[in-house]
Parts: sequence; C-alpha cells; structure tokens
Amino acid sequence: MTDPTRSRLALVSVDWRTLSQGFKDALPMVLGVAPFGMIVGVSIVGIGLTAVDATLMSALVVAGAAQLAATALLGSGASVLTILLTVAVINLRHVMYSASLSPWLKRYGLGGRLLMSFVMVDQTYAMSMLRFENEGPDYARREYLLGVGLTMWANWVATTAIGALLGARLPATWQLDFTIPLVFLALLVPQIRSRPALFAALTGAGLALALAALPYNLGLIVGALGGIVAGTVAERALGRAASGVKA
Amino acid sequence: MNIWLLIVAMALVSLAERASFLLLNDRLRPPPMLERALKYVPAAVLSALVAPAVFSSSGVALGPLDVRLIAATLATTVAWLSGSVIGTLAAGMGTLWALTWLLG
Repeated sequence: MTDPTRSRLALVSVDWRTLSQGFKDALPMVLGVAPFGMIVGVSIVGIGLTAVDATLMSALVVAGAAQLAATALLGSGASVLTILLTVAVINLRHVMYSASLSPWLKRYGLGGRLLMSFVMVDQTYAMSMLRFENEGPDYARREYLLGVGLTMWANWVATTAIGALLGARLPATWQLDFTIPLVFLALLVPQIRSRPALFAALTGAGLALALAALPYNLGLIVGALGGIVAGTVAERALGRAASGVKA
Repeated sequence: MNIWLLIVAMALVSLAERASFLLLNDRLRPPPMLERALKYVPAAVLSALVAPAVFSSSGVALGPLDVRLIAATLATTVAWLSGSVIGTLAAGMGTLWALTWLLG
C-alpha cells in the first residue's frame, strides 16, 4: 500500500546528520577562505562601490576571482559585455565541475540541483566528490554538498561584508584598488608550473598590454583567449617534441 | 547601468555555468578540447588582467619606473618565494605606501 502524501514528503525529507557532517567538514576550510573574502570586500569598496554592493555581489555571484576582475573592469569603465564575458571565462572551470558532479546527483529534483549549483565553489566540489566516491549509492549526497556549500557560502558573504566595512573606513590615499592586481599576481604565480602555462601567461600579458588602447577592454578578452590558445598549442608542440625524442 | 542589475547579470552567468551539466542530460559530456583549454585559463586570464594594471601610472615614479611597477615586482618575488596571498599583499602595498610617502 502506498500513500502518495507520505512518498511526496519523503522526497523532500532532509538527512540532517549528513547535512551537519558537511557543515563540520567545511569548518577548517572556512578559516582558509576567510582572508580572501575580506580582501575581496576591501578591494571592491576600494574601487568605489559601497559595502552593500560588495556584500550583495558575494551573496549572488559567489566567485572571488571573477568578482575582483569584474570590479577592476568596472573601475576602468569597461562595457557590460566585457565584464560578463570575463566572468564567464574565469568561471569556465565550473562547467567541468558541473559535468563531473551530474552523474552523482541525477536522482534529485530540479530545485535541489539548482540550489546545489548555486553554492558550488572549488572547495565544495572537491570535498563532495571525495565523499561521493567513498560512500555507497544511498548516501545523502545532496545533504552533504549543501552542508559544505551553504557553510562556505555564508562564510564568503560574512567575510566580504567585514572586509567591505573595514575598507569603507580607509582613506582613498591608501590606493586600495592596487590590492586587486596584487591578489591576481599571488594567484597567477603558482599557476606557472609548466612551460605551456608560461607561454599562456606571457601571451596573455603581451596581448593585453599591446591592445590596451582598444575600446571595451577588448585587449583583455583577446589576451585571455590568445593565452589559452598559446598554452594549448605549446602543450601539443612540446608533447610532440618529447615523443619524437623517445621514438 | 545600475550596479545591482550588473551584479544580477553576473550572478546569472555564474549560475548558468555551474548548473549547465547538472541540469542537462547526464550522458552529455564536455568536449575534451574544453578540458585541455581549461588548464590554461587561470594563467592566461590572470596575466591579461594583471599586466595593464601593473604598467599603469600612479603619477609617482622613481626615475623611469612607476612606483606601482616596483611594488608589483617585489610582490611577484614574494609570491614566488612564499606562495602566500597575504605576504604578497603585504609586500606590494607596503612598498607602494613607503615609496609614495617618500617620493610623493
């Protein structure tokens, strides 16, 4: 005998224990991300936006590097299309996360999958995949991902707000807008681990500088895409050279 | 354009990418080309963002070098040696403030 009311309730029933497990697993990472959230808050108000704008941006966009890039572009008077394209390119990795998570989450409804997408950041993706691979097919994957993801999200919003409130009190002579390229430098340097990556970086920087005078910050878009192509081509060329040596 | 409208548009772009394959049929896979290109997105995009900002003028210079370029060079060295975001920020902003105060 099946009771339709009961089965519908069962669909939205929540495994609270797994949810709180996700919360607990996220706590150590919260500390690691907190400084970055505060820096993003300081930088966004450094360009002239309000603390409310900065907090709203973190709550809705949930992507630090993309937020910083968008803010820097906004400060230089870039077009809306350039800003959105830059956000899309920086967050391209999320498409891969989405593809890799999708077989694990197909049993959940549209609303659940949308909410999981909304809170999915690098750490949430990495922790969830690790869990899913080590648990059985009945594991409450949605609860675990949301436990980690909602914790990371709340931390992101709160630390941005704190940074923005601090930054709003600092005078303009402190040149806080310069924190944005510095953060990007700190993220860029460890990315250059291989020769193709070095080619990608040099091409990106060179094109962006050479084309800096173009309107709508087209130099950035051309530089970014050119750098990606250069890295991919260099990888192939170097790979071919290496296998040629072996043969 | 209203800043909040821009934020909402950015949020929609971000959500669309995160939701893409989660909402589509799970048998669809991203092309291998995307996977290969993805490795070079951070290096290419970050350097294209950083270079013009580092070579921009702050109005204060030491000889032919703008203080922002000097600060960025020191910050890059610290990033290379320590790998720390906070350390890079401290080196860059510290240099910028010190040189601006001395020369400005």
